Amino acid sequence: MSGDQFTYVDVAAALVLVALALLLSWRQRLDLERDLLIASVRAFVQLTAIGFVIALILDADRPLWVLLMLAAMLTFAAFTAARNVRVVPGALWLMVVALGLASATTLGVMVVLGIIPTGARYVIPIGGMIIGNTMNVASVTALRIVQDASTQRGRIEAALALGAAPRVAAHGIIRQAVRLAMVPIIDSTKTMGLVFLPGAMTGMILAGAPPLEAVRLQVVVMFMLIAATGLAATTVTWLMPSRLFTPHQQLRRFDT
Amino acid sequence: MTDDAHPAKLAAEELRVVARRGAEEGRRIVDAVSFAVPEGGVFTVVGPSGSGKSTLLRAIVRLVEPDSGRVLLDGRDVTALPVPELRRRVGMVFQRPAMFEGTVTDNVLYGPRLRREHPERDGPEARDAAVPLLERVGLPADFAGKPADELSGGEAQRVALARALANRPEVLLLDEPTSSLDPTASRCIEELLAALAESTDLTFVFVTHDLHQARRIGDHGLLLVEGRVVERGPLPGMLDDPAHDLTRLFATGRLGGRAGGPSPDEKPAAGAKPDEKPAAGADADDTEALP
Repeated sequence: MSGDQFTYVDVAAALVLVALALLLSWRQRLDLERDLLIASVRAFVQLTAIGFVIALILDADRPLWVLLMLAAMLTFAAFTAARNVRVVPGALWLMVVALGLASATTLGVMVVLGIIPTGARYVIPIGGMIIGNTMNVASVTALRIVQDASTQRGRIEAALALGAAPRVAAHGIIRQAVRLAMVPIIDSTKTMGLVFLPGAMTGMILAGAPPLEAVRLQVVVMFMLIAATGLAATTVTWLMPSRLFTPHQQLRRFDT
Repeated sequence: MTDDAHPAKLAAEELRVVARRGAEEGRRIVDAVSFAVPEGGVFTVVGPSGSGKSTLLRAIVRLVEPDSGRVLLDGRDVTALPVPELRRRVGMVFQRPAMFEGTVTDNVLYGPRLRREHPERDGPEARDAAVPLLERVGLPADFAGKPADELSGGEAQRVALARALANRPEVLLLDEPTSSLDPTASRCIEELLAALAESTDLTFVFVTHDLHQARRIGDHGLLLVEGRVVERGPLPGMLDDPAHDLTRLFATGRLGGRAGGPSPDEKPAAGAKPDEKPAAGADADDTEALP
């Protein structure tokens, strides 16, 4: 690191670490060399490309461009989340709604309350964090509901047979799925600072910001992620019953 | 059995369910089944494993949607009823009792609570509502507060029965309710059902693959083989004096099920090696795979 900036020379030097991993993989016959190489190259290429795009958008600082960028991130996240539950009819649409609603609400509240300014410099990285985290939580929630609908079939059908509406019959598995999906985010909020120093804070400190300012940003980020992921999980649970059950209140079968 | 003046309590007309998925896709699991069940008593559907008995019951309460045909309750097409009302009036007890989270009382009052006929919280009022239902299925009052996941199979099946009765159904479908139980628990449930059939005007449809059980419990019924009705009529007669070859095969244990199979205390057949045990698993449950 020359002065205060990372250069491509620094990146090349860091390849020593990848080489170390490759060496380990080769010696231990882990057969991971190919995957490690591809992953390293992809990370570099993708991040460089997105870096250029972000630089362009930051320079222009046009609201439309910012919105397009967020929409692109959202689409990609929805595709990724929907792929995990492609047995569910209309999974992509479900994820677009869940991620879109959760991200727009959270980002909107942050902007309206004046927590972050509207500039591209703030909205894009914060939006990216929100979309990425809602993607994980929405995807785990939906996947868990689909799996439990199959393993808990006996209970759900017993409830239906007693006259329970689909949403009531699936209440137990839905509750369980949301709890499970929210565990990582709640745990990392609880152990924040004790177990690891989170990304946003680390980045700000590396960039030379005063540590306490970095801490305040990180706390805001965690609160924001709790809201966003909670909203995403809840939206998934609103939208899932109509896909798990037929209009005649029969539990569908899924090939999982 | 039924005539115009006394329409059947429950009837099926040309009911058909076709497998939609998996290796069996396109097979008719239930094939043009028609029957009429008069009010009261026990109507028995007997047949070998995989003959479509479970699917037939599930189609009646629309847990699977029939591909064609009709189900009539008191002469009215059940598709005209809201689904929850159909399932309130026609209850179902499954092969394996699936208990809900919470206490026995929570399970027993599940149906009434859905319709807000009972308070949500456990308390003296809930207990007072649950205990008479538990007594009807032969469980003592102190079961009311037990966690439902600590029950034995037989106890759970009784709770499942009480849970179904709590809905005050008009028809109760029983899908091999004893097949997941040991012989003693199985006999207890049988006796309980016989007593219930005596003491109420509830109409039972009892499904079993076990001929002896069918004889013990049912008064009339039908034999289902590969989704089709092979024979119907008063029960002991149908099985003892079969009109159809398939019925004869089933009654002599050559069509699946466990009728006529070697019982565990039978001596090995002559000519068998002296140290050879009788066929293992002859008395084992052969539970029907769901479609």
